[in-house]
Amino acid sequence: MWGILRRSAVDGGGFSASSLRRTRSALVSARSYASGSKEMTVRDALNSAIDEEMSADPKVFVMGEEVGQYQGAYKITKGLLEKYGPERVYDTPITEAGFTGIGVGAAYAGLKPVVEFMTFNFSMQAIDHIINSAAKSNYMSAGQINVPIVFRGPNGAAAGVGAQHSQCYAAWYASVPGLKVLAPYSAEDARGLLKAAIRDPDPVVFLENELLYGESFPISEEALDSSFCLPIGKAKIEREGKDVTITTFSKMVGFALKAAEKLAEEGISAEVINLRSIRPLDRATINASVRKTSRLVTVEEGFPQHGVCAEICASVVEESFSYLDAPVERIAGADVPMPYAANLERLALPQVEDIVRAAKRACYRSK
Amino acid sequence: MAMLFARSRNLVSSLRQNLGLSAILIKRNHSSPRPVFTNYQLSSRVFLDPSTSFRHESTAVETQPDLVQQSDHEDDAQELDFPGGKVGYTSEMKFIPESSSRRIPCYRVLNEHGKIISDRDFIPVSEKLAVRMYEQMATLQVMDHIFYEAQRQGRISFYLTSVGEEAINIASAAALSPEDVVLPQYREPGVLLWRGFTLEEFANQCFGNKADYGKGRQMPIHYGSNQHNYFTVSSPIATQLPQAAGVGYALKMEKKNACAVTFIGDGGTSEGDFHAGLNFAAVMEAPVVFICRNNGWAISTHISEQFRSDGIVVKGQAYGIRSIRVDGNDALAVYNAVRSAREMAVKEQRPILIEAMTYRVGHHSTSDDSTKYREADEIQYWKMSRNPVNRFKKWVEDNGWWSEEDESKLRSSTRKQLLQAIQAAEKWEKQPLTELFNDVYDVKTKNLEEQEVGLKALVEKQPQDYPTGFHI
Repeated sequence: MWGILRRSAVDGGGFSASSLRRTRSALVSARSYASGSKEMTVRDALNSAIDEEMSADPKVFVMGEEVGQYQGAYKITKGLLEKYGPERVYDTPITEAGFTGIGVGAAYAGLKPVVEFMTFNFSMQAIDHIINSAAKSNYMSAGQINVPIVFRGPNGAAAGVGAQHSQCYAAWYASVPGLKVLAPYSAEDARGLLKAAIRDPDPVVFLENELLYGESFPISEEALDSSFCLPIGKAKIEREGKDVTITTFSKMVGFALKAAEKLAEEGISAEVINLRSIRPLDRATINASVRKTSRLVTVEEGFPQHGVCAEICASVVEESFSYLDAPVERIAGADVPMPYAANLERLALPQVEDIVRAAKRACYRSK
Repeated sequence: MAMLFARSRNLVSSLRQNLGLSAILIKRNHSSPRPVFTNYQLSSRVFLDPSTSFRHESTAVETQPDLVQQSDHEDDAQELDFPGGKVGYTSEMKFIPESSSRRIPCYRVLNEHGKIISDRDFIPVSEKLAVRMYEQMATLQVMDHIFYEAQRQGRISFYLTSVGEEAINIASAAALSPEDVVLPQYREPGVLLWRGFTLEEFANQCFGNKADYGKGRQMPIHYGSNQHNYFTVSSPIATQLPQAAGVGYALKMEKKNACAVTFIGDGGTSEGDFHAGLNFAAVMEAPVVFICRNNGWAISTHISEQFRSDGIVVKGQAYGIRSIRVDGNDALAVYNAVRSAREMAVKEQRPILIEAMTYRVGHHSTSDDSTKYREADEIQYWKMSRNPVNRFKKWVEDNGWWSEEDESKLRSSTRKQLLQAIQAAEKWEKQPLTELFNDVYDVKTKNLEEQEVGLKALVEKQPQDYPTGFHI
């Protein structure tokens, strides 16, 4: 166990430094170490996925700030420069608009770029290229120009990085036709979805989470195989239940699972759905689950207005209205730019207790 | 003179402030940057006029150079080492002036009467090539005229002409190879015309009918053809510049004997993407030819309000890019320059910048009336006296390769072909409903399939709500 603690502290690297949080999560995953299955951090999962795809297809290349020499701002591209050389692991000057445009141009010409944003907050400086050049090109050119590009990087809140480094962009990108938007949670998600994204001929926005990079998850032999791939557009039922459906994505999946444990102690069986794919949204799985449980709690880290939760609520109300036994519950981040102070930050983000309370409200067990 | 004295006094006071930090300055002098500037004749030289009070302040400065001299001897260097290489230094504080006394001249082969000025750098053009170039320039003129009229008659919703820029359009295309990938802005249909796009194909795109390769997805003039290596026109300005760098990079990685060629107007160079695209192409050593059509106007914004530099050619060196300024209304000059640029780009794997000087004779588009912001006389002058098509015509005629008979035959047959193309395009049916949902993704997603089924059912159920002849 100490080995894991030391490893995760060293594997750190990158910006924010909540090592305490990392060691805590290492302790949590250490509990499952005893089961004997293989484990992998999300960071290693992403790294191995990119490595395998680059090895399989010479057209795949990586581009971004600090991805080469520095081994990646969060060490996701560690070792790739040594293995594939500077032509395929390209350190860019500081211009998101520039390297996003270049990535799109390279994709137009037939290459398969994997463009890294140091955080998706900086993608706003390139958003015209993502939307007007990448997302719409296939449609506007009537299929003549396809853009097999992946935009990836950390999304959402980290720890103590303030307003301009903490926004969640899932709702923004998922509203655009032409893009596919994925949000992995576990190491298996990270591997399978990133491989699928790189192989996909459409532009994909791949939303990772900085705090999940160091977390270890058990991983199956199947997932470790180089041909492993997860389908885009399918959600995963992480935990089956019959009383209330909790849908969420990315880091909040972990919180939802903890909430489900707590609810189980009080006799409420919660079904936790890991969306995995924000666009296309797996409405079928969500609605099937709600029709089974009759209650819905949707959770996300991002701003509440026009969020992913809003879309899920609308979908469920439209398609499964007569199955609902309670109003739908939405848990989202606070409607404020993210504050820096640790206590305020905690208040601005959904916590396990919020999810538990919402589930109980949906079950008419509390106010 | 008084004004100059006043300016020198300001310089003195700012120097005084700097010297007030003398303790820090002394320490810094060992490694601090002493600015080095290129030698331009300067009005700022008057600041060093010994008759001003600057002299007294300068004694304080003079004590410090000793320290600098000492370290110089120790380092035995006439140059200073900095990240980025060695830099010489000077004790003379000189600012590079904001503009050179002489503007960069533009390269020209033919004079206004179509006579070759000097053939020293002239790449000969065969009769066949010259005649084809002239025919295409004339065709482009006729095409622009007729489509513009069609828009005025309400038959198409929008059009944008290239009047006055025919030489840039055709001569640049003639100088490239068909494998060179073109990323246009929107005023370069002549490049596509040269590569073989037919008048019927142009018409189909403008009408957005079933034969349109764009499947009715885009507004008129947004042509695109993979087959002709001409990427679909995209409305946001200058986005094609970093994309061209990306295409160049892809060609470089695949070791192709081809380059990326991209066009931009004078106004587009103000966009952030211009900086990113050029800077990146230079750093990546990508084979890209950037062609800027400096036509004097960006809708109603004159170039004097667009930038304060000597046009765009001077910006090339700022990015480490070889550049040239060309008379854009001289077809032979444009041909020569683009041909050479393309050779350099591919052989040396580097970007090249060409600024083609010209004038936008037409309105910005059919949504614009340029007489509202510029003189009608100015437009007339450029249309008649500085017309690129007439100029090239004179040269071709002088060589005995073109006659008035050829001229009237070409113009009337092109006109007829265009009118027929428009009539046919207009009658052709529009895209079926299924095309609404195709190509959003490579493979339709489930929600789009459901929406398509739903819409089909609705149209069948409520046909009275949809126009007659509406296709599913």
